[in-house]
Amino acid sequence: MLAKRIIPCLDVSNGRTVKGVNFVNLRDAGDPVELGCLYSDQGADELVYLDITATHQGRETFTEVVKGIAAGISIPFTVGGGIGSIHDVERMLAAGADKVSINSAAIRRPELISEIANAFGQQVCVVAIDARMTEHGWRCYLNGGRIETELDLFEWARQASESGAGEILFTSMDHDGVHQGYANEALSKLHELLPIPVIASGGAGKMEHFRDAFKKGNADAALAAGVFHFGEIGIRELKEYLHKEGIPIRM
Amino acid sequence: MKVAIVKYNAGNISSVMHALDRLGVECVLTDSHEDLCSADKVIFPGVGEAATTMRYLQEHRLDETIKGLKQPVLGICLGLQLMCRHSDEGDVNCLGIFDAPVVRFHSKNQTDKVPHMGWNTINPDGNSLFKGLSNRDFVYFVHSYYVPPCDWTIATTEYIVPFSSALRKGNFMATQFHPEKSGPTGVRILQNFIAI
Repeated sequence: MLAKRIIPCLDVSNGRTVKGVNFVNLRDAGDPVELGCLYSDQGADELVYLDITATHQGRETFTEVVKGIAAGISIPFTVGGGIGSIHDVERMLAAGADKVSINSAAIRRPELISEIANAFGQQVCVVAIDARMTEHGWRCYLNGGRIETELDLFEWARQASESGAGEILFTSMDHDGVHQGYANEALSKLHELLPIPVIASGGAGKMEHFRDAFKKGNADAALAAGVFHFGEIGIRELKEYLHKEGIPIRM
Repeated sequence: MKVAIVKYNAGNISSVMHALDRLGVECVLTDSHEDLCSADKVIFPGVGEAATTMRYLQEHRLDETIKGLKQPVLGICLGLQLMCRHSDEGDVNCLGIFDAPVVRFHSKNQTDKVPHMGWNTINPDGNSLFKGLSNRDFVYFVHSYYVPPCDWTIATTEYIVPFSSALRKGNFMATQFHPEKSGPTGVRILQNFIAI
């Protein structure tokens, strides 16, 4: 049986892992390669590394980090952050990444999705969406949540899927960093709407929240950062808990 | 021990090289007929599209080289599919080592997402490639096409339908999943292959 995936997400800035609470107040949580190996040993099913540096030098550093990860770990990993062109994708895959996630660049130029899918296969292209519930419904945001768009979450997710996205990584900005659970209703609606896997992101605080993302939100995978980095939830104990709750999990 | 990895226009070949490095096994990436034929083991990895890749193999005469190999050969993912008779992906005739077709997954309901992506279990039939493993072990899959169970199936997996997660015919072995991305279980399978 296909297992639900647990995915630690590591934000990387200048070669170091950091995690924002509601996208501000960064705290240092260690070396990205070492942390990745640790999570892999603990049973993480996949890893996501997001480059949150904006400088050219930072991106060079990140490419080296990606090479280190590829050499060191034996599970799949996705890289994202600042990927705006097919050349960026090529550079990340050449460094050893299995998948790339694109966000703002895909909203600005949706053809990028089909370009990646055609060049490297659908499975390579993860479309990440940051969204927030507004008075007009769920709206997508650009630039790490700093710029609101008029794009509807569900409309955009469907368009991305039809263009060749292999997965949707949906972050609810309202839930992110608050530790009160994932946006399960929106997740469930995405699951109904899309023929591709959905990764839940934003809101994990307790083990029950992961269970609910899978059972109520029908997510295919759940991503979290802070709760793992600061040891609030251990991946092994989380997987044992989910297994007992009847969720298919790789033990 | 010299392991040769078939060099062609497929994605993510480096992950196989890294996996062998971690095992301490020396490997060489090559498209030379002599190097492939003289290696102790050959790995034929692959992420990509079947028709484009077959065309590349034919243009570089790697198709005949691979078919003629006598030492243990391990195809991975697209490698497995290209070792079959025909693939529906791009409607292309393949190497024909395994006389089996490659067909596309069709969702039966909303929970069946395609591609089949993530960790799933295998039911191994006791082949030496799976020594030490059981049907509780998970491996990592990413694919939209599959080989139905056939005479050469040595492991099956269930996703929408039962399909061949590994094949073997004499010295030719192949896995639909990625042992190089399958954590400790994948390491064991690669070790088993090296030991054959």
